[in-house]
Amino acid sequence: MLETRDLTANYGQFRALFGVDITVAAGECVAIIGANGAGKSTLMRSITGVIGNEPGMVLHRGEPIGALSSAEIMKRGITMVPEGRRLFPSLTVEENLLVGGQARKVPGPWSLDTVYDLFPILRERRKSPSTALSGGQQQMVAIGRALMSNPELLLCDEISLGLAPVVIRDIYAALPRIRAGGAAIVLVEQDIGKALAVADRVYCMMEGRVMLVAKAAEVTREEIHSAYFGVAA
Amino acid sequence: MIWLDTLVQGILLGGLYALFAAGLSLVFGIMRLVNLAHGDLIILAAYLVLMGVTLLGLSPWIAALVAMPVMFALGWLLQAAVLNRVLGKDILPPLLVTFGLSVALQNGLLEVFSADSRRIPVGALEGASLDLGLVTVGIMPLMTFASAIVMIIALNGLFYHTALGRAFRATSDDAVTAGLMGIEPKRIFAIATGIAMVVVTLAALYLGMRANFDPSIGPARLIYAFEAVIIGGLGSLWGTLAGGIIIGVAQTFGAVLNPEWQILAGHIAFLAVMLLKPRGLFPRAVD
Repeated sequence: MLETRDLTANYGQFRALFGVDITVAAGECVAIIGANGAGKSTLMRSITGVIGNEPGMVLHRGEPIGALSSAEIMKRGITMVPEGRRLFPSLTVEENLLVGGQARKVPGPWSLDTVYDLFPILRERRKSPSTALSGGQQQMVAIGRALMSNPELLLCDEISLGLAPVVIRDIYAALPRIRAGGAAIVLVEQDIGKALAVADRVYCMMEGRVMLVAKAAEVTREEIHSAYFGVAA
Repeated sequence: MIWLDTLVQGILLGGLYALFAAGLSLVFGIMRLVNLAHGDLIILAAYLVLMGVTLLGLSPWIAALVAMPVMFALGWLLQAAVLNRVLGKDILPPLLVTFGLSVALQNGLLEVFSADSRRIPVGALEGASLDLGLVTVGIMPLMTFASAIVMIIALNGLFYHTALGRAFRATSDDAVTAGLMGIEPKRIFAIATGIAMVVVTLAALYLGMRANFDPSIGPARLIYAFEAVIIGGLGSLWGTLAGGIIIGVAQTFGAVLNPEWQILAGHIAFLAVMLLKPRGLFPRAVD
């Protein structure tokens, strides 16, 4: 459903991605792991059009989308939960959720009600300013906001970063229900264990390149270790 | 009683300044763009209304209703074709572009309409007044003030109770993330400037009906508008009205003391507020 072909990305003189090829099938859950600076977030920003590309570097259902705007890509059903959550501070919790669904109205499992069922605490806090929430609750809003558009593909950039383990557990517990709704998921993670536990396949990146592609159930610690740190295990 | 009368006249004058300022406040609030041509756009709209009255024989109110969609389209075009290209991290390019637009508009208006001062004719309404016992207020200032209130209620309704308003606020908070939510910031900016020009037309209607205008008076309207926005605190329309009222009251009291002090008193009030409350009276929680 989504494919990148020889994707490169630059920040000025600095090249952050060197010919990255990944594929995501419909309904699949793919983990992208790697250390800080491996290019994971740049990859997400390239797929969602925050960083412009050559048209053919990103394909959705076989069509080139690499040069489209973020908004056009989102309307095709590719929605991101951005790193750092990036909620809209002057909007309430409920308004943040509504903003997520207003540009792409397609039938699907997700609505205010079902998002509130997924994260019941948000229903209680729906009139609160989004800034008044805890980090974990904000992450729930960010995920809910992305779900409101009933995406085909949900890109989650570091959704466990900076959260307490018990909160991370709650958030990861929501992922199977999101998959059951039909969305494919790409999880960008530094927490390898968490990522492998829910993903079908895993890509390991280092210094802007994909070092390893494997089925999550079959990959060994040694293989990950070697790809993650670039040393022979 | 002269003090009470002066106070009431000042408050009502504040309504006019709030009308001048609301469009500026809207555009600044959403895209952090200070439109230095705002005053000249008010004057342009005043000439449009005047043309509707003199050439088409419309009443000023109908002429303003006709001018509103024209000004909306103009604002949309201005944003989409020009201002969107210069918006960015650096605030200088849009300032320079709108400054250039201000100069061009003034000279264009001078070329077409000459330097003669003009007025939108309103007939008997112009001098009509209402005796409230303690004070007598002009119908026209009263209508200006009421229009300012209605307009602020309408804009706040748009901002806080519609999907478009949510998109405005989300884009204002974080344009990149708004894009990730399927909102095209540039389209939102174009709509916002269009709406600002509708407000400008309303301001122009009252400006033109209450006083003479000519192509050169735009920049002074910009100053009043700017001061009202800053006094009120960026991003609050009620604050902008309060700012307009403070300038209006200062001006009428200044004029009572000495007619030459009218304009100066408004500016002094602005400076005084800046000294005491540098962020304005009703600043937004997040900036």
